[in-house]
Amino acid sequence: MNRIGYIILYIFLGIVGVFQIFPLIWLFLFSLKSNSEIFAGSPFTLPKEWLWENYATVWEGGIGLYFWNSVWITVVAIILTALFASMATFAITRMQWKLNKLVLGLFMVGLMIPIHSAIIPLFSMFLNVNLIDNPWSIVITYTAYNLPITMMILLGFYYTLPREIEEAAIIDGCSVHRMFFRIILPMTAPVLSTIIIINMIYNWNEFVFVNTFISSDEYKTLTVGIQNFIGQYMTDWGAIGATLIISLLPILAAFIFFSNKVVEGISSSAVKG
Amino acid sequence: MNKVMSNKWVIAIYIFPALLLVGVLIFIPLILSAYYGLMEWDGIGDMKFVGLENYITAIQDLKFWDSALHSFLLAVFSTLSLAGYLAVSMILASKIKGADLLRKIYLIPMLLSSVAIAQLWIKVFNPANGMLNRILMAIGFENPPAWLANPDIVLYAIFIPILWQYAGFYILIYYAALKNIPETIIEAARIDGASPLQIAYRIKLPLIKGVVKVTIVLAIVGSLKYFDLIYVMTGGGPNGASEVMASYMYKLAFSTNEFGYGSAVGFLLLIITLIVTVIVRKITADKDEIQY
Repeated sequence: MNRIGYIILYIFLGIVGVFQIFPLIWLFLFSLKSNSEIFAGSPFTLPKEWLWENYATVWEGGIGLYFWNSVWITVVAIILTALFASMATFAITRMQWKLNKLVLGLFMVGLMIPIHSAIIPLFSMFLNVNLIDNPWSIVITYTAYNLPITMMILLGFYYTLPREIEEAAIIDGCSVHRMFFRIILPMTAPVLSTIIIINMIYNWNEFVFVNTFISSDEYKTLTVGIQNFIGQYMTDWGAIGATLIISLLPILAAFIFFSNKVVEGISSSAVKG
Repeated sequence: MNKVMSNKWVIAIYIFPALLLVGVLIFIPLILSAYYGLMEWDGIGDMKFVGLENYITAIQDLKFWDSALHSFLLAVFSTLSLAGYLAVSMILASKIKGADLLRKIYLIPMLLSSVAIAQLWIKVFNPANGMLNRILMAIGFENPPAWLANPDIVLYAIFIPILWQYAGFYILIYYAALKNIPETIIEAARIDGASPLQIAYRIKLPLIKGVVKVTIVLAIVGSLKYFDLIYVMTGGGPNGASEVMASYMYKLAFSTNEFGYGSAVGFLLLIITLIVTVIVRKITADKDEIQY
């Protein structure tokens, strides 16, 4: 292809890139401005004064609490999901029993269930066992709904592990538990990092479950918290912008440092319902 | 070896936590949803069995059909936009320097929470101070619309951030598929005198047909059960103009406490999604898959 042709293609790809990224840059810019500057000035200029105090104000004003709730719920759910999914995948792919294909099928059907069809019964179940407005309802729900996709990503890896490892371990008198925790699990580290990233994105961004099951401010996570918070600060654009940027930062940081893992995780989770 | 690896107790211990969680929190609710759909229930008080009445109500409920129509419109737009994503991916995969960085930039909106995206786009669409109307006014439009307040355009306005959110995801999938095509095939076509457009349309497209079909199913099914952005940006309003099936169901259960009717609508949502998936698979199925 000739040179001009390539230049046109680059311009086209650049415009797509600007379209994808520009609203976020605009968000960052107005998070550092005052209302008077936002309403009077051009939307595309750098702030005259960089109002970092917008961030301090919203952090103190409650966003900090929501942030830490998001952190611990996300982390605990990731640990449970990674552990339970690894154990189940190990039993299904490495151990010998008759019903393993059937049980695997059951987990894979779980991939196709839209959460909205289950949310009303889930709400009444949690209400019956007093788990409404309890953060553990969120932790176990995240774990359950992420198990099928996590297992699907793990499966391919477990099937390719060589049998000889287990044989050698057993001949050496190693118990199954020791073999799983000391030998198999460490070997899956590359795929574990992919599932940790993908679970982090799902858990951090999840909204509907928290919005439905949690009513107290003290247990709310960022997604639901910013929703309420923005209600209070409706007119202060700088505060709203700072809140949104804080909520996006952990995911953006993960993406900057582990972008290849994120790309891998997103592509392998394409089937998630 | 076999004895150790087929110990029933060990297997049970390893399977149990995952199976318990998935069984109790995914499968039981699904069965309950079908059951609640047959009840008249406010979520707290006694249930009253009403048979198929909720489903008959849904069939006669114009609001339900309106929301279903909006969901289908979203499905149509999402599917049509795939052609655009495919075009971008084709360009990206044709020896472009920085393609890897570009596809990562395109992916960023997909990684962000729907609530943050919704709040950001509420600001983008703000009639007086939003980015969009500022740009429109700068290039000479006198009275740009109030995007989210006007019932005639609100639905289409919301489609923009939804497409924005998922563009990078589909481009990523298409790009990976296109990169898998062996270079020798493209080279052979080029030597035979095929133009870049012919190569794209006659050679690359048929070779990634399988992936395109999968994305069509994903786009349609994803659209039919779409909820988050719409719920946060407009709550289905103004006056139902942007209501979709999932947001209508949610509103029935958690705003008006019609748990029975809401469950029936939720179950219909599941059934419609499954039926459409099967139909789309049938339509796009074809016997002679291309091998290379």
